[in-house]
Amino acid sequence: MTEEALPALLIAVPILGATLPLALGLVRQRIGWWVATLVLAVEAAMASWIAYAVYIGGDRITHILGGETFGRKEVTVGSFDTEGFIVGIELVADALSGLLVALIAFVSLGVLAYARRAGPRQNTFYSAYLLLTGGLMGLVLTGDLFNMFVFLEIVGLMTYALVASDRSAASAVAALKYLVIGTTGASMYLVGVGYLFVRTGTLNMVDTSRVLAGEPEWLEVTGALYTEPLVVASFGFIAVGLATKTAIFPLHTWQPGAYSEAPDSVTVLISALVSTTSAYALARITWVVFTPEFFAVNVKATEAILVLAALSVVIGSVLAAMQQRVKRVFAYSSVAQFGLIAMAIGISVHPAATDTATRFAVYGVVIHLIGHAVIKGGLFATVGAIKKSTGARSIDEYAGLATERPVLSGTLAVLGFSLIGVPPMIGFVGKWYIGLAAVKAELWPLVFVIFASTLLTLLYVARLLEKLYFTPLSETTDTAQEPAVATDGRGSVSFGMVALAVTAAVLAVGLGFMGAELTDAIDPLVDAIQESSPEVHQ
Amino acid sequence: MSSGFVAAVAGFSTTPLVTELLTTRYTYVLFAILLVVGLYMVVASSNLVKKIIGLNLFQSAIFLFFVSTAYLREFKGESGQVPIIPKKAAAYDPYASPLPQVIVLTAIVVGVALTAVALALIVRIYGEYGTLDEETLREVRADD
Repeated sequence: MTEEALPALLIAVPILGATLPLALGLVRQRIGWWVATLVLAVEAAMASWIAYAVYIGGDRITHILGGETFGRKEVTVGSFDTEGFIVGIELVADALSGLLVALIAFVSLGVLAYARRAGPRQNTFYSAYLLLTGGLMGLVLTGDLFNMFVFLEIVGLMTYALVASDRSAASAVAALKYLVIGTTGASMYLVGVGYLFVRTGTLNMVDTSRVLAGEPEWLEVTGALYTEPLVVASFGFIAVGLATKTAIFPLHTWQPGAYSEAPDSVTVLISALVSTTSAYALARITWVVFTPEFFAVNVKATEAILVLAALSVVIGSVLAAMQQRVKRVFAYSSVAQFGLIAMAIGISVHPAATDTATRFAVYGVVIHLIGHAVIKGGLFATVGAIKKSTGARSIDEYAGLATERPVLSGTLAVLGFSLIGVPPMIGFVGKWYIGLAAVKAELWPLVFVIFASTLLTLLYVARLLEKLYFTPLSETTDTAQEPAVATDGRGSVSFGMVALAVTAAVLAVGLGFMGAELTDAIDPLVDAIQESSPEVHQ
Repeated sequence: MSSGFVAAVAGFSTTPLVTELLTTRYTYVLFAILLVVGLYMVVASSNLVKKIIGLNLFQSAIFLFFVSTAYLREFKGESGQVPIIPKKAAAYDPYASPLPQVIVLTAIVVGVALTAVALALIVRIYGEYGTLDEETLREVRADD
């Protein structure tokens, strides 16, 4: 087997594996967890292999599903007059998707350790879990715009199902709200893809970007298509659709409900991966399909992204500081953090950005994507474990818990500081590069927003830590216990749950020291954006 | 695909815009109307089932758009082409490109799955709260 088959296998293995918990469930109860663990262990091994090939071997692995590479690899097919475009669906593992593939494989495997005790135990849950992993893999690996829509919808569908998987009514309401908003967003994306397809005649990302740049041997067009209304509208639809899925203000309204009503293990998984991959999709389409040249012509598009991102950062943080329930605090905090990522995407293509600014912005996007996934996943794991062991759900109930649960409180503190961006943790590295990019591009209002966001993050994290460590245990905590929606309420915390939270905290600190290695890994991507972007034909 | 495909879709003509739009490209007008009607239903209707119907309408509008783009006709002496048939083979005119139709088939499947999940959730919500109305639902949940 060669490495070329890996991208396809990474998607196919979990999707095929998803049938097993249901099929074997007929024979044995509660076999789902074992099947999922086995399948995802294989998945993690393949992800490590592909990451090794991409980062150590320096390869760019592509795989064409059901098609031919007419022209791209000098394949001559009869006398067909088809010059230099791809037929079929291309899967790409490059410097950008490789990191995400590894992240998805290991986070989904790690969350299983958590779900063993905490999560829903039905076999159907693990089927949906594996399908979600397969969908996420497809979303990051695909190099085809329509295929991306399909995977976006697979991820969406499975997330709706998982959010509602504890069978409570509140989670069904949250899932339905998510479904309505998420589907509208994905449909917007499809409209954008349709516009782009009509104008360029292709769905492959690389081919689309070359047609947009006006490569003459592809089409008899007169120069670049960047200013055409259809192309600009298409970017608008795609950006709005993906911003909805990423939960950027004002399209974030589905997200706090979905995060706080979902079962704990599902919250950990979707907060770490689902919005992350949508933000990745936005970054990939911005960099690979539309390329910085598009934004050099349409400055307004960049400005719109930056304004919305800045609003998202400020309003998300303020809303987070106003929440009472801890899960909602961190849910709104995600709105702010993804605002920061969208801002970095905007800076990287801003005409004012120099080569260094673009480089730092790209570093910022990728590092903060990964850092946020680790931090937020860990935070939700900790919050879930604390709820499970003490029943505490709101900030007031956290009073004085540090003496009772020292390990979990310590984890929460470390991850909280990482979220604020205290050096040397991973949260700091990501924010540092984003801030540095804004400074280099001389976009001073954004520098101010990034600085303010750190202070606002401090506000809500400090409020929590103050309760945890410096407020004495109140008498009312135990009596104020509301009837737990998640049926089991108080219970024992398994080793796996604590281990996942502690691992996330260790990673949040450890990855911070690996900043140099991470930027080295991302360098080929930066070069690809800056140098091998298609030549613009005027 | 070929330049004929693109030109046929994005082509311009000398007839007045509105007349031309309504006589030859009326499906695109219909697309825009259905899209907005569907979106309005999703936002404005307080009945959960009607919201899902609106969502379906919204998606159907997009299907209509894709199917419309598949219809290619002659423009500037070049007719529309399907990628799997050599350009010089014959002039098929007018002509339906299979790719957008395949896309729509896939999208319909996705849409059906979404509707199924949405209705399953609505059944559970109705079983728990006994209402399909968003406003009532909010009040009931506020009382809890």
